[in-house]
Amino acid sequence: MIVAGIDVGGKNLHIVIKKDGQILGKAAGPTGIKKAVAVEQLYDEVLKKAGLTRKDMGRVMATGSSAKRVAFANGSIPDVAADARGVYKLVPSARTVIDVGAEEGRAIKVSPEGKVLDFAINDKCAAGTGTFVEAISRALEVSVDEMSKIALQSTQTLSTNAQCAVFGESEVVSLIHQKTPKPDIARAVMNAIAGRVASVARIVGLEKDVVMIGGMAKNAGFVDSLKKSIDMDIIVPEDPDFMGALGAAEAALAGAMTEEGKAGP
Amino acid sequence: MAEGVNAQEFWRWPETNWVNPDIDWRKGKIITAGVDVGSVSTQAVIMVDGEFFAYGNTRTGSDSPDSARKGMGFALEKTDMKIENMDYCIGTGYGRVNVPMAQQSITEISCHARGANFMYGPEVRTVMDMGGQDCKAIRIDDRGKVLNFMMNDKCAAGTGRGMEVFADLIGVPVWEIGARSFKIQKEPPMISSICVVFAKSEVVGLLESGMPENDIMAAYCSAMAHRIMELLNRLGVQKKFVITGGIAKNEGVVKRIEKELGIQTAERVWNKKEYIDRGYPFDTQLAGAIGAALLGNAVLKMDKAKSTRKA
Repeated sequence: MIVAGIDVGGKNLHIVIKKDGQILGKAAGPTGIKKAVAVEQLYDEVLKKAGLTRKDMGRVMATGSSAKRVAFANGSIPDVAADARGVYKLVPSARTVIDVGAEEGRAIKVSPEGKVLDFAINDKCAAGTGTFVEAISRALEVSVDEMSKIALQSTQTLSTNAQCAVFGESEVVSLIHQKTPKPDIARAVMNAIAGRVASVARIVGLEKDVVMIGGMAKNAGFVDSLKKSIDMDIIVPEDPDFMGALGAAEAALAGAMTEEGKAGP
Repeated sequence: MAEGVNAQEFWRWPETNWVNPDIDWRKGKIITAGVDVGSVSTQAVIMVDGEFFAYGNTRTGSDSPDSARKGMGFALEKTDMKIENMDYCIGTGYGRVNVPMAQQSITEISCHARGANFMYGPEVRTVMDMGGQDCKAIRIDDRGKVLNFMMNDKCAAGTGRGMEVFADLIGVPVWEIGARSFKIQKEPPMISSICVVFAKSEVVGLLESGMPENDIMAAYCSAMAHRIMELLNRLGVQKKFVITGGIAKNEGVVKRIEKELGIQTAERVWNKKEYIDRGYPFDTQLAGAIGAALLGNAVLKMDKAKSTRKA
């Protein structure tokens, strides 16, 4: 059976198309404001690239904070469950999964069988999410990728007072005025976010192996800060931002349906 | 609002200054000043023998000493007084240690307490100071002394900065939001996000969904009121209750706090009707600077410091 996992997050959308053990296609894009429209467009796009049509598709499983926007889904699973499934597939030794996306950060404790034992979420405060990096990259006038790179070149540790993304932005502007080197500012911001994420992770307890996923896992500067903050090694799987979508696809394959399951397309 | 198209800065509230035409400062014995350098706004207040003489209310720049000088210069603009004519000056607020003309600094909590006592009378027991980047609920006694306080300076939700960010996003001047938030059919549910950054996304979604702008303003004002309530509930509110700071000018937030609290904010005693008839202004943002100037007067009267008057 060919299945799809669709992860509709706060800012980004990820789709994975799978046939049994094989990935036929994957795509990512911004959700924009009209999330439902973005989902339809990206879905058709990824199917076309894979040489498929909607008729070829078996189950479609949605996940993410806006999973409801996937009108054609057969069901949805919670993002925590999707993360755990996706990670278990690639890194079965994972016991702690840290997922930091654009608007949410979460830590999940998983069993050796890949089951969710406990989790903690920050969806209240932008200071522990990718949105903070985006805001600061605008202030620093560098791309997010660039900011990740320069953070690793920092030579001095600044301490920032701000624990809020809005105040952090003002503080960074004054640091720029004081001619503070950009790498040091970038590093300070990464450290601040890492501190917030680590405190969420400590709620569930940190246990080896720690796996980091979500868009922020692609940010090497941040991963480095987080490693230092929790004083543990962190494994980042390939395409860490696709992990939710992959987990949803796995769930579709396993036939795990929630009560919300609808009729097929 | 697309960036670039939005040439107008909706957060930019008007700066004001004023001088009391009924006071001849040359006849005054003690002239004191208070300079409140906040994170967003700076106020300078000059008092002659404890009477309100002049003020300037300006925006804080990137440099605290410059902001203090600008505020003081603005306060003195319509007078023929100079800094050398003053006996004592106290700095307060976030940048209080960087006020070049001040001889002393006092925390803004003490100053707001004293200022509220002057502006709203000795019966005031609870002061909610809603500043640019923090907010404080303060319990005070009949002399305006601080008994207890609760503070949020960690999160932009519930601060003036949050309201400015919102004004810019929705494209409505910040001083119009309060009044417009009542031009609605029915009170909408409040914005559910706590974080200002997330509230921005939520507001964009609401605008997109076609929700009327005034309703969104109502939803934002009630979210802010609700946020402030958490602080007030922790401190416990005793009457009389007043709100100072910039957000006190936003009736959309003030009336919603009053409603949720079931307590009205107190009437002001300073600048009562006779003063209003004479055209005296009243500015809730001045509480900190007024308190600082009054505390300066007290310091000199009690001989705890010497006058630094040079001319």
